[in-house]
Amino acid sequence: MSSHLLLTAAAEAEHHVPVVAPTEADGVFSLLWLIIALPLLGAVVLLLGGRYADKWGHYLGAALPIGSFVISLMCFFSVLGRDEDDRQVAQHLYDWIQVGGLDVGMDLLYDPLSAMFLLLITGVGSLIHVYSIGYMAHDPRRRRFFGYLNLFVAAMLMLVLSENYLGLFLGWEGVGLASYLLIGFWQHKPSAAAAAKKAFVINRVGDMGMALAIFLFFVTFGSTSFSVISENAAGASETTLTWLGVLLLLGACGKSAQVPLQAWLLDAMEGPTPVSALIHAATMVTAGVYLIARSNFVFELAPTAQTAVVIVATVTLLWGAILGCAKDDIKKALAGSTMSQIGYMMLGAGLGVAGYAFAIFHLLTHGFFKANMFLGAGSVMHAMDDDVDMRHYGGLQKMLPVTFLTFAMGYLAIIGFPGFSGFFSKDKIIEVALTENLLVGLCALLGAGITGFYMTRLMLLTFFTKKRWADDVHPHESPAVMTVPLIVLAALSVLGGVMLAGDWIVDFLSPVVGHVEHEEPPLPAIVITLLVVVVVGIGVALAWFFVQRRDVPREAPRDVSFVTKAARADLYGDAINDGLVVRPGGHLVTGLVAADRSVVDGTFTGGSFTVRGVGQGLRRLQTGYVRSYALSVLGGALILVLTLVAVNL
Amino acid sequence: MPEFSKPTIEYFELLPLLIVFGTACLGVLVEAFLPRDRRRVPQLLVTLAGLVAALAATIWVATDLEEHADGAARGLVGAEGSVIVDGPTVYLWGLLLVFGILGTGLFAERRLEGGLSAFAGQAAALPGTEAERLAATKGLDHTEVYPLLLFAIGGMLLFPASGDLLTMFVALEVLSLPLYLLCGLARRRRLLSQEAALKYFLLGAFSSGFFLYGAALVYGYAGTMSFAGIDQAVRAGTADQGLLLAGIALLAVGLLFKVGAAPFQAWTPDVYQGAPTAVTAFMSAATKVAAFGALLRLFYVAFGAERWSWQPMLSVIAIATMLLGAVLAVVQTDVKRMLAYSAVAHTGFLLTGLIGAQGVGDLAEGQYSSLEGVLFYLTTYGFASVGAFALVTVVRDAGGEATGNAAWAGLGKRSPLVAGAFAFFLLSMAGIPLTSGFVGKWAVFTSAMSAGFWPVVLVAIASSIIAVYFYIRHIRLMFFSDPDPDGTVAVSDASLLTVGTIAVCLAATVVLGVVPGPVLDLVVGAGDFIR
Repeated sequence: MSSHLLLTAAAEAEHHVPVVAPTEADGVFSLLWLIIALPLLGAVVLLLGGRYADKWGHYLGAALPIGSFVISLMCFFSVLGRDEDDRQVAQHLYDWIQVGGLDVGMDLLYDPLSAMFLLLITGVGSLIHVYSIGYMAHDPRRRRFFGYLNLFVAAMLMLVLSENYLGLFLGWEGVGLASYLLIGFWQHKPSAAAAAKKAFVINRVGDMGMALAIFLFFVTFGSTSFSVISENAAGASETTLTWLGVLLLLGACGKSAQVPLQAWLLDAMEGPTPVSALIHAATMVTAGVYLIARSNFVFELAPTAQTAVVIVATVTLLWGAILGCAKDDIKKALAGSTMSQIGYMMLGAGLGVAGYAFAIFHLLTHGFFKANMFLGAGSVMHAMDDDVDMRHYGGLQKMLPVTFLTFAMGYLAIIGFPGFSGFFSKDKIIEVALTENLLVGLCALLGAGITGFYMTRLMLLTFFTKKRWADDVHPHESPAVMTVPLIVLAALSVLGGVMLAGDWIVDFLSPVVGHVEHEEPPLPAIVITLLVVVVVGIGVALAWFFVQRRDVPREAPRDVSFVTKAARADLYGDAINDGLVVRPGGHLVTGLVAADRSVVDGTFTGGSFTVRGVGQGLRRLQTGYVRSYALSVLGGALILVLTLVAVNL
Repeated sequence: MPEFSKPTIEYFELLPLLIVFGTACLGVLVEAFLPRDRRRVPQLLVTLAGLVAALAATIWVATDLEEHADGAARGLVGAEGSVIVDGPTVYLWGLLLVFGILGTGLFAERRLEGGLSAFAGQAAALPGTEAERLAATKGLDHTEVYPLLLFAIGGMLLFPASGDLLTMFVALEVLSLPLYLLCGLARRRRLLSQEAALKYFLLGAFSSGFFLYGAALVYGYAGTMSFAGIDQAVRAGTADQGLLLAGIALLAVGLLFKVGAAPFQAWTPDVYQGAPTAVTAFMSAATKVAAFGALLRLFYVAFGAERWSWQPMLSVIAIATMLLGAVLAVVQTDVKRMLAYSAVAHTGFLLTGLIGAQGVGDLAEGQYSSLEGVLFYLTTYGFASVGAFALVTVVRDAGGEATGNAAWAGLGKRSPLVAGAFAFFLLSMAGIPLTSGFVGKWAVFTSAMSAGFWPVVLVAIASSIIAVYFYIRHIRLMFFSDPDPDGTVAVSDASLLTVGTIAVCLAATVVLGVVPGPVLDLVVGAGDFIR
């Protein structure tokens, strides 16, 4: 053990990258597997239980994540009582694949990073489960909904608890599957089915990067375990590490909706609102940030890849913010905001050791306030007969007092009102960005201003301004089962900042992400803070000027500037995607979607032809074929012989 | 005048082969001496007994293999050099016999057709004639399918075990001819079935010609038919290189045709669709196992020293095969055709593993070889494929099996078990983690990657992603689409024979995904080919 510690210390001194060297799980940590097993059990029971489970299924579905939350809390307090060097715990479940040099265990790793994620996923997840009891009360397929939600929670927990990339990939695919199922949950809406398909296809591009990275890990290090890779990363060539970093970034872009793989997130809002809150705001979409923070041992040694992360993050944080300004659909505006805030987290993670902890910090506070606002939006939709167009809202603060107040807490947190959680977390990222690179820092600052604008616009359109809803709509406050989770999340949005008190979260995470001496920013910290507040204030004031001071038409005006048009069209993300990103390997993907629409769906109805009218039609189709088949065999043989001989002689 | 010397035959090591061929001959005798309506049960018992006995003999032989020469391989070169019984041979034998037993189960199923088997009552009767109707009403049954199946299995056992080009060719023909016949024996849709058989036969004969020509060229180069002799000649490298390269290419055509690699894949969808589904299930797994065993033997043993020449060629074939299979599967509207194109894609993935060949010294300490990767992949794919096709036999309407995609819409609502099992096989073929397909893909992709063929792996991952798309689409069709309200499609009540086969495949697919350890150990324990 002592020699191991020495090695760790040596590696740390050289690269500031901590090595993953966990101890064997004991005590409360031997329950780690239960954290995943509980929601998984829920998914199995609810999805296979059939109608017997209809009556009580949703209670079970809500209770099991709470159970996981309790275990996570116990682990968290237990790890707080440990020495800083002793805070990584591994539990070996069984050997998954073991053959020759390939040794992949079903191993779980509990360290401060996964501890934070466990609390977020199970905590916020439980609240959203409770909220869904009310939100989905009248849906005939509620049991199935809870089954999918539990499946998602289990997969997400697998993702953050695995000790190797293969296990992480298992969770990664699992959350992708659950997300696909839940976006398309209201399958009777064609738009929902199309959105699910789009999310699926775009995520495949990211997954390809992930899969390649894992193969490259295996080929380079002979293992996919974090501890082995982190110990030997310094020995690999920088080119390899850069490739690894870029491939991981590609994976992260897909899952976290970063440019250029961002186009699916806004469409994903077709899913039920609790899904948007849990999966597409608080947890799954932050998996990319987790991946990069977790792979710090790669990125710290691959500066080029880190630069790529910073560029992607900066573009995304502005991109998402601009989208947020133009959307009239309340959920899509929030989704643009999510994209932008994840951009901030990615930026923090891309800035290296100085930023990892703040990225995770912002991820946690964002998890609170964005889940809060999405659930708030759900509550508003609940009141407005599922209308999502903010132009049809207005003046709702009196009708929905609890929703309004809790939403306001989230609003103040996201724009970074001094004292609220988002203020601390975003401020820190901007400060680090300004220290590392002035241009990036200024972009982040600008993004904060735009955030102030679009969030104020959303707030005003919904809760203030004149009432614009039709007379037959009767807004009403939601039941307690929905408002109580809102209140809890609102409290967390306000108080989340205490995690930064005395740099607690930085110190807590340092065994995982490393620690550097504080570098002096170009301006004194207090000046930066003031600057951020002023820029946000300008954004808020502009929104006030444009929205509150004028009449809001019920229909979106057509004669708008080019910028607004572009933003309404998602900044032509789909067009760019089709033309640029997917093209290299990807004429194929677009071709497939087209083929799916025209050829397959077109002939689905003709499918019975092959079943019944087998004889004549097919026979006529096929008799000519033998010759052409034989010709292709002959041609293939000729080509084989000629190329083989030509290449080798 | 040359002296005649008595050949030595290693009866013990060749026992599995002898049992299967012997049982097949016994089956022919049963056909000859028992009245028509009393043949089925004896045939079934004889076949199953023969296969089980052969499997037991295989296991016995496997535990008794002696170390060969330098210790890297175990086994011996038997039957005067024409048959090689080594670790990989024995592993493939075991696999083939298991698929044979599962296939027999599907062959014998009679409840689905209301007391008749899936095979034509009287193959000689023209479709649509009075004679055919008569055969159907009398409940006639072709029990010749069992000996045919046994002969095919015998050929398959010999195929990867052959020690020279001639034996390999004979094995190729022995395994192919019964399959051609079996493909043409469907009770329903007989024209389609006969057409498939004829097509398979014509193209198969055509490609056999290429194989023979290749064998002749290689003989011209090496002066011997035996793989060990060819290997020596290649290492010496004195003769005309052109002869060797052309020979390699032509031999490859013959074998690549059997595994269904592009551009020799054209028969696959037609034959898979036209053949009785029980036959499709059996041959999709077993033919692939046998033919890949033969490919591995030929390319690793005979042409191993020349691998820099053939690896690029097979890389191109692998890339073309994967892309073609995956892309064309997307536009299929028939379940059997979709599975057929998916089989083509899987051939590409297997070829990816095949080109990962490295010299013995190049492997890192403890790294598994590409041979082991391919063997494991064959195991996982075989079970998933047999299981999936077996499930196709139970989804039926008035016209027999309902293989049109539309018929499968909403199946999950009416028969969650069948749809769930089918979804699981599809997920395994797609290579979702925790299913057997994932471990298999992992095994072949990493071996190609560590041999430096990353562009192929890149395409392989891209095609698996395309493949996931159509697998998931079918799953969505089963679970998320509404069934045709007027449809008569239903899951028929199958007998224990089919249900048992499906259950075994399902269990194997689960176990190989969650705890692949024991089987991986078995594969590694099989060791290397005898060179």
